[in-house]
Amino acid sequence: MSIQSQKTSQMSEHYYNSKDLNKFGNIADFQKDLGEKFFAYYGEVFKDSALTAREKSLIALAVAHAVQCPYCIDAYSADAFEKGWNEAQMMEAVHVACAIRGGASLVHGVQMMNKVKEIAM
Amino acid sequence: MRSLKAQNSLLSDSQKQIEIIEHGQDGNLQTIPFKDKLEQSGLFPLKPTQVEILQLNIGKMCNQVCKHCHVDAGPDRREIMTIETMQQCLDVLAENENLKTVDLTGGAPEMNPNFRWFVEEISKLNRHIIVRCNLTIILANKKYYDLPQFYKRHNVEVVSSLPFYTQDRTDRQRGNGVFEDSIKALQLLNEMGYGNADTGLTLNLVYNPAGAFLPPLQQSLEKEYKLALEEKFGIEFNNLYVITNMPISRYLDFLLTSGNYEGYMEKLVNAYNPVAAANVMCRNTISVGWDGFLYDCDFNQMLELKVACESKHISSFKNEMLKSREIITGQHCYGCTAGPGSSCGGAVA
Repeated sequence: MSIQSQKTSQMSEHYYNSKDLNKFGNIADFQKDLGEKFFAYYGEVFKDSALTAREKSLIALAVAHAVQCPYCIDAYSADAFEKGWNEAQMMEAVHVACAIRGGASLVHGVQMMNKVKEIAM
Repeated sequence: MRSLKAQNSLLSDSQKQIEIIEHGQDGNLQTIPFKDKLEQSGLFPLKPTQVEILQLNIGKMCNQVCKHCHVDAGPDRREIMTIETMQQCLDVLAENENLKTVDLTGGAPEMNPNFRWFVEEISKLNRHIIVRCNLTIILANKKYYDLPQFYKRHNVEVVSSLPFYTQDRTDRQRGNGVFEDSIKALQLLNEMGYGNADTGLTLNLVYNPAGAFLPPLQQSLEKEYKLALEEKFGIEFNNLYVITNMPISRYLDFLLTSGNYEGYMEKLVNAYNPVAAANVMCRNTISVGWDGFLYDCDFNQMLELKVACESKHISSFKNEMLKSREIITGQHCYGCTAGPGSSCGGAVA
């Protein structure tokens, strides 16, 4: 085994470890000010305000799927269910993320069409 | 669904249950002892602040078999408080004016054949009476149809479980058809004036999580409940009590069989709140079992942990002795101290 692969093996078997979610707060250990500001902001964002905390949880679930963050998917699947959204509602939120991601690819097809029309005889 | 007791489940043995709660199913679970947390908060040994609520479990018989029930209540349970024990409770109430509130629970307390007589007698003693009514009992049989009138006549505070304002979430926890019947029962209570701020007839609802998670914040959820129940069904109520499920009996069974026990305990321990610990309900309540024995709370009652003083039965109730006792605690107590805390009256911090 090479030195590099030994190091990798000591660090982690996988890039993602579900237990790391519990260490999210430790981000502030390396940069206290920015970390604390982020978590204060994060806490404010998810409070009841013009949107309820419940509504925000469902948005977060959809965004978690759009950015494909396994930590966020775990956290907001539990949070949205705990806040009373049911399975069908949660899956529809995931479809919204899917439609936007799919649509974002497809809408670039217009750019492709424009280019082809520009160069075609 | 039959009760754990009828199934001869291991969990119907309270000693076995305590071992699992403390050490996990395989005996290897290591969580910070609740006693250590209390010590860090300056609350050990936990002592009563006063004795003002007498919570009486007048029987384990129930018309429902809810998946989260810490009593393991159901139609197959036969433990019922006798009229003799009820009379002993009345004697204690007459002699102890500090017992201002009588909280009647079960099972479905209304299924005790002497329930109405008992409420009438407590009413004569001029005490605040709470009945923990599961709602569906009102529609379960003709003999219960007039319960809303009966409650009104004795100015009973009605506290009723409605795990959510949607059918799927409620029926998942309490059984098929429970939501529909609960809505009808709430409408009948509203017709009597219950839940209307001007009548003085109090109707409080209870939320329990339908799964292995902690409840959302009480204040936010109450707003959602009020909006949804008013819009869809024209239902009014006073307050929503958000209650954390305790890892005891049928809820413990669910946690173990679904592989969620360790994760749930971790959540409870991580959410320990010293302010909630200072306000736990066992500090002002005495719980009485169907057979008259005394406990620190309904949960200790189900684990058969009788009070740690000589006054162990309603027939030997000694207020001063109970007031100076040490409250028995264990790992299950984390259920009452997580986040905003949990009691029979909802959040405490």
